[in-house]
Amino acid sequence: MTDAFNPRDWAGQPAYIAPEYKSTPLRGPTKPLIPLPHSLSEMTGPVYGQDSVTGNDADLTLNGRRNGEPLGERIIVAGRVLDEDGRPLPNTLLEIWQANAAGRYIHQTDQHDAPIDPNFFGGGRCVTDAKGAYRFMTVKPGAYPWPNHHNAWRPNHIHFSLFGPSFVTRLVTQMYFPGDPLLDLDPIFLATPAPTRNLLIANFSLDVTEPNYALGYVFDIVLRGRGATPMEA
Amino acid sequence: MTKLRQTPSQTVGPYFAYGLSPEQYGYQQSLSSIAGSQMAEGDVEGERIRVEGRVFDGNGTPISDALIEVWQADSLGRYAHPADPRGSNNTFKGFGRCGTGTDARHRFWFDTIKPGKAGEDQAPHLNVIVTMRGMLLHAFTRIYFPDEPANATDSVLRLVPAERRGTLIATKQGGNVYRFDIHMQGEQETVFFDA
Repeated sequence: MTDAFNPRDWAGQPAYIAPEYKSTPLRGPTKPLIPLPHSLSEMTGPVYGQDSVTGNDADLTLNGRRNGEPLGERIIVAGRVLDEDGRPLPNTLLEIWQANAAGRYIHQTDQHDAPIDPNFFGGGRCVTDAKGAYRFMTVKPGAYPWPNHHNAWRPNHIHFSLFGPSFVTRLVTQMYFPGDPLLDLDPIFLATPAPTRNLLIANFSLDVTEPNYALGYVFDIVLRGRGATPMEA
Repeated sequence: MTKLRQTPSQTVGPYFAYGLSPEQYGYQQSLSSIAGSQMAEGDVEGERIRVEGRVFDGNGTPISDALIEVWQADSLGRYAHPADPRGSNNTFKGFGRCGTGTDARHRFWFDTIKPGKAGEDQAPHLNVIVTMRGMLLHAFTRIYFPDEPANATDSVLRLVPAERRGTLIATKQGGNVYRFDIHMQGEQETVFFDA
């Protein structure tokens, strides 16, 4: 018998409705969730391995080039994808997207009056190796204003999306940077309970930093493990 | 015993499209899509269907920046995943992804095959993840089909209060089109699961 996946760590997750983040009150579910025993539908999930990554997908300083290098501070973002028992999750797809160094997304609906960088796209992906490790090359994303409240600014961040081993281990999150003064003012970051909030902040790492080239940050990601309760027959 | 805490979820935000569904939104020059609305290509066996719908907020307004992902079994009820002991259908991956920002009416749509029963107590269904700007963590739901005798004995539908079960069942339109609207809130709030 295969073990079911552990439940979501609800105490460590943001609530669906977080009034300070003003898009949530009309969009989050309001009725109680119905507990779903894990059958094959939950024990399986989309399989995207090495064959879903090509060329410069993991190097955002290369994959959007038109006629030169993107502007901004080059950074390396590396880490491991683990389960709750600390076991590495190999062959796991990570998809990321971010603003450019000036705080502007290439997305058509981003109207922020900051320059688009013709040589920076901002989306990428990679797959973890046998030790669960991943590595992206990119530029540090800029902060940008958003309409949530007066003078609201999002802290520098990179969006991350992972499937993990099954449909229920799916994670969509954001990585933040250490020492960012906007973190204490950001209702999205602050919607996360205090005990787990700091798991969203990468650590600066001199080991990951490449001399004369790019600063390094480490962001480890922990997905739901398994083994606490048996799967339904 | 678990030792590490799960990384918390954060919102997908309004600008996920070029990272998660670049081809649908016209960004394929820099990045291809791993998945989209076309789930059944070529000679995949099974009854071709389209599943489409809209996502409504608490005011009943269609949401233009939601991301819908579906995961389903093939026509014989087999999942293309190593945990399914019956072996996979190599030509059907079973995963689809569609944003609601490219259709004038903010619909999502999937061109796929009707799934078979994945287990004796499971009626044919699609497993769904709903996420969007304004959701700090995604929600799970399921799409079932009308006119399925197996719905009566489905072990998951039985867990849902009878008066809310209808929110999980698509309606048949013309041809092989099924409509499944997702209501985040309100009288018709879709059933979401703690999966």
